Amino acid sequence: MTDRPLKVLIAKPGLDGHDRGAKVLARGLRDEGFEVIYTGLRQTPEMVVSAALQEDVDVVGLSILSGAHMTLLPKICAGLREQGMDDVLVTAGGIIPDDDIPALEQAGVSRVFGPGTTIREVAEFIRANVKRREV
Amino acid sequence: MSASLAERARSGDRRALARLLTEVENRTTAGEQALRALYPLAGRAHLVGVTGAPGSGKSTLVAALTGKARAAGRAVAVIAIDPSSPITGGAILGDRVRMQIHATDSDVFIRSMASRGHAGGLAASTVAAAAVMDAAGFGLIFIETVGTGQSEVEVAAIADTTVVVQAPDMGDEVQAIKAGLLEVADIVVVNKSDRPGADRAAAQLTVGAHSDRAAGDRPRPKRPEVLLASALTGAGVPELLGALDRREAVHRAAGADGGDAALKRAEAQISGILAQRVAAQLREPARAAQRATTLAAVAAHEIDPFSAADRLLELLRADRAED
Repeated sequence: MTDRPLKVLIAKPGLDGHDRGAKVLARGLRDEGFEVIYTGLRQTPEMVVSAALQEDVDVVGLSILSGAHMTLLPKICAGLREQGMDDVLVTAGGIIPDDDIPALEQAGVSRVFGPGTTIREVAEFIRANVKRREV
Repeated sequence: MSASLAERARSGDRRALARLLTEVENRTTAGEQALRALYPLAGRAHLVGVTGAPGSGKSTLVAALTGKARAAGRAVAVIAIDPSSPITGGAILGDRVRMQIHATDSDVFIRSMASRGHAGGLAASTVAAAAVMDAAGFGLIFIETVGTGQSEVEVAAIADTTVVVQAPDMGDEVQAIKAGLLEVADIVVVNKSDRPGADRAAAQLTVGAHSDRAAGDRPRPKRPEVLLASALTGAGVPELLGALDRREAVHRAAGADGGDAALKRAEAQISGILAQRVAAQLREPARAAQRATTLAAVAAHEIDPFSAADRLLELLRADRAED
């Protein structure tokens, strides 16, 4: 079935308490027709991976503003791969310096969205890059 | 391939279980095949419906109950339903926020479902998803509805035990005696009992739950137990789990067919599937023209919808006779 709604997990790994961006994105993706699972603040990489697995999501969107992205995001990508979820699209947003992006992409993050990104851009990126999965 | 997915889900492979639930939710052929294989293996779990108004604390209470059940070593599954947008089809599934304490426990499996246009507080595939979790070995399954109003009672038709969650200050005695949701509860929980007004709300609900004994043979509303709990402090949660376990024991004693709850659930499932099948057959290309003509005739008030439905049913029957 190709017309099913896509499922997106929006998670905030780490210790920063700023979830406005994540909530705006969750709401915006809802309006774009996605089913958005929101897990709230202060998630460990293990919690994010486990939620992605149980919910069988197509996309994991990570919002991070704490500066710990170089530690947490590769851990989440590795955890997803360990669980056989290498077909899940991983994106990130928040405050992430340009210099860090190549290493994050190397680790498995498909796209890092910086400040000023529109919801439409995120939605279009997801639709264009999500993998049609075989069971 | 789907048989092995079902087998893997049965043997504790959580990834396979998650994938299978997606197939079931999307009503694919693979999902239907897996359900056919798994259904005879289900029927062992206690299905607990948890319903109530938005913000009454359903998710937090389910998380607290899950914690208590886990402390006793029991495997718990949760299906948490939130509404889909009628405009875009999108949804925010936010119940996990309250349950993340259990996220990394492999004996707790939480799955969010969007209602996808289904009215009544559930999603169309909720019962099927619960059967899959049941067959996968989860003995206690919570089905948390969308935040409900006064009349989304569908959960009572599919759960063994229905818990209606109320918060203090949700209204006076008149609210407590209104028909609808409260009538289908086995247990009414006044949650947030740490807040003022909880005792009074529980007293009003207890009075409201008492119905006239001299009702003769007419169908009667249930007489729910009314309990106080605070998912936040944990007060009353062990007592609530105890009440659920007593309900389960009653169901077990009802015999191999699972009693009324199982029969109601069977009826709800079959009616749903019948409706889907009929709708799918009518959408087949060979019948498109006839279907379109009939719809147009009803839209123009040339024939009434009852005659139209009869005509379409007759069409299906005639086609079947030709086969």
